[in-house]
Amino acid sequence: MMVLEFEKPLVEIQEKIKELRKISSESGMDLNKEIETFEQQANDYKKELYSNLKPFQKLQIARHQERPNFLNYTRLICDEFIEMHGDREGTDDRAIIGGLAKIGDKKVMLIGTQKGKSTKENLEYNFGMPQPQGYRKALRLFKHANKFNLPIVTLIDTPGAYPGISAEETGQGSAIAVNLREMAKLNVPVVAIITGEGCSGGALGLAVANKVLMLEHAYYTVISPEGCASILWRDAARFPDAAEALKITSEDLTELGIVDGAIKEPIGGAHTCYSEMSQNMKDAILDSLKSLEGMSAEELREQRYNKFRAMGQFLEG
Amino acid sequence: MTIQEWFEKRKEAQLERRQMENRLDADDFAAELWTKCVHCEAQITKKELEENMMVCPICDYHFRINARERIQQLFDKDSFEELFKEIKPTDPLNFVDTVSYSDRLEQAKAKTGLDEAVITGIAAIEGHKVATAIMDFDFMGGSMGSVVGEKVTRIIEEAIKRRLPMLAITSSGGARMQESALSLMQMAKTSCAVSRLDEAGLLYINLLTEPTFGGITASFGTLGDIIIAEQGARIGFAGRRVIEQTIRQKLPSDFQTAEYLLKYGQVDLVSKRADLRKNLASILAMHEV
Repeated sequence: MMVLEFEKPLVEIQEKIKELRKISSESGMDLNKEIETFEQQANDYKKELYSNLKPFQKLQIARHQERPNFLNYTRLICDEFIEMHGDREGTDDRAIIGGLAKIGDKKVMLIGTQKGKSTKENLEYNFGMPQPQGYRKALRLFKHANKFNLPIVTLIDTPGAYPGISAEETGQGSAIAVNLREMAKLNVPVVAIITGEGCSGGALGLAVANKVLMLEHAYYTVISPEGCASILWRDAARFPDAAEALKITSEDLTELGIVDGAIKEPIGGAHTCYSEMSQNMKDAILDSLKSLEGMSAEELREQRYNKFRAMGQFLEG
Repeated sequence: MTIQEWFEKRKEAQLERRQMENRLDADDFAAELWTKCVHCEAQITKKELEENMMVCPICDYHFRINARERIQQLFDKDSFEELFKEIKPTDPLNFVDTVSYSDRLEQAKAKTGLDEAVITGIAAIEGHKVATAIMDFDFMGGSMGSVVGEKVTRIIEEAIKRRLPMLAITSSGGARMQESALSLMQMAKTSCAVSRLDEAGLLYINLLTEPTFGGITASFGTLGDIIIAEQGARIGFAGRRVIEQTIRQKLPSDFQTAEYLLKYGQVDLVSKRADLRKNLASILAMHEV
């Protein structure tokens, strides 16, 4: 597994433990006490490390190559998933995947951005960067859910909407804008979860929801810290400073009222234990849907409108 | 005339022009009466340029104009009534890069005489009343933070209340980074407001002017029932440089211009500045019952 720079001291302790075990079994020496001490030390260190991550370290966990992606989650949290392909205008953008899903006893429309784990997959899913056609596919599925009264759940992990020639020619900006406008009109409950990278309009295009959650180490921002650093600091290498200033973490964004809360990740990040992560996510989805149960279409629209209407800080008078 | 003579004559003319220009440099440029077209490099008097709505009389290049100039050019004389001027920016994240956000705001205020990057109010075009938001690129690149989002939302809500058509005139680099996620949420907020305008059955017009990018095209900037782009304006989602770095190939020279977007079906019409009043008045009249 890929080891991040800040995880190296931890890995060193873990290797020491391995070594002691080897010596113990080869020589028959009783090193259990020593091993136990080191294990305790490793555990303490790990807890300490992951509860005090700097924003740029969270950024690395959020972008971890082995972080569970949308299709991992569908396999782990859905009892059934029937994918619905295409925008009906000639394209099936693979960076956004969606379909009918059964989560526990709940029937929902599940839509999300999909990232790959290998070069081949990344090419197929365009590194999780949707084209306008992806947003239009999502819109088609939103409308389907609305028609058949299915709650909508979106899982978002994207470095942003794709910046390319044909994306501009086919209206990347307006594709996202239309989703923002149309999500406001939905009569069904909408739950959005930022699972990894929540970068800019490309993420927001699936996130005008009644309830917005983030995974503990995910980030959500108006611009990537690298992009921000290269514009404001004129040096992309200053991204740790930008990550700090942009307030991109689940803690900061919960405090600012941008998201409703964080979903706990396994210690070490979502990639270290898929089953624990999926269980936490499944519980959070079902809890969120439950909290929106019983609201009328009008109440859902009103709650969603007021939620975003209240965002922003300014002086008046 | 022999070729030789032709060359001589041309040289003479060039010399004469240069001397003339030098004189202009010395006298009139000091008095700031003359300017140079950034496009064709022709020398034009500022007066001439202003009288021509800040459009080069030689090559038709449309200079970027600020919100005040736009109001003056576009709306019936003295018809503009400003609303929501009392909404002013703060620094919610205590954002500091090489300069603090508070300082950047002060600089922008001093430079433009404005409190923020948008002016909102009610105005008339050839007698047709509209609710309107006019963005100003000179104020921090016309970027949208909490104040721009709030003022745009309020003027849309005002349009719904007064049953008026809404005209958004955009000129912006996108979202304001210094307010991070709060800026991002202004895209959602303004678009939600447009959804209500839409449901109220009111006409919404976008006038996209130089330049309109990022968070503006991805929110209220392109949600109009009718989208007009001013001639020559650059309009897009991602910046040209970002796209070039991503795809590692050169882009067509007219990429992301108003005319390019027209070709790809992204705008209803491209209008010269001189025709905007007439075009908008016709469109507004066409939707009146």
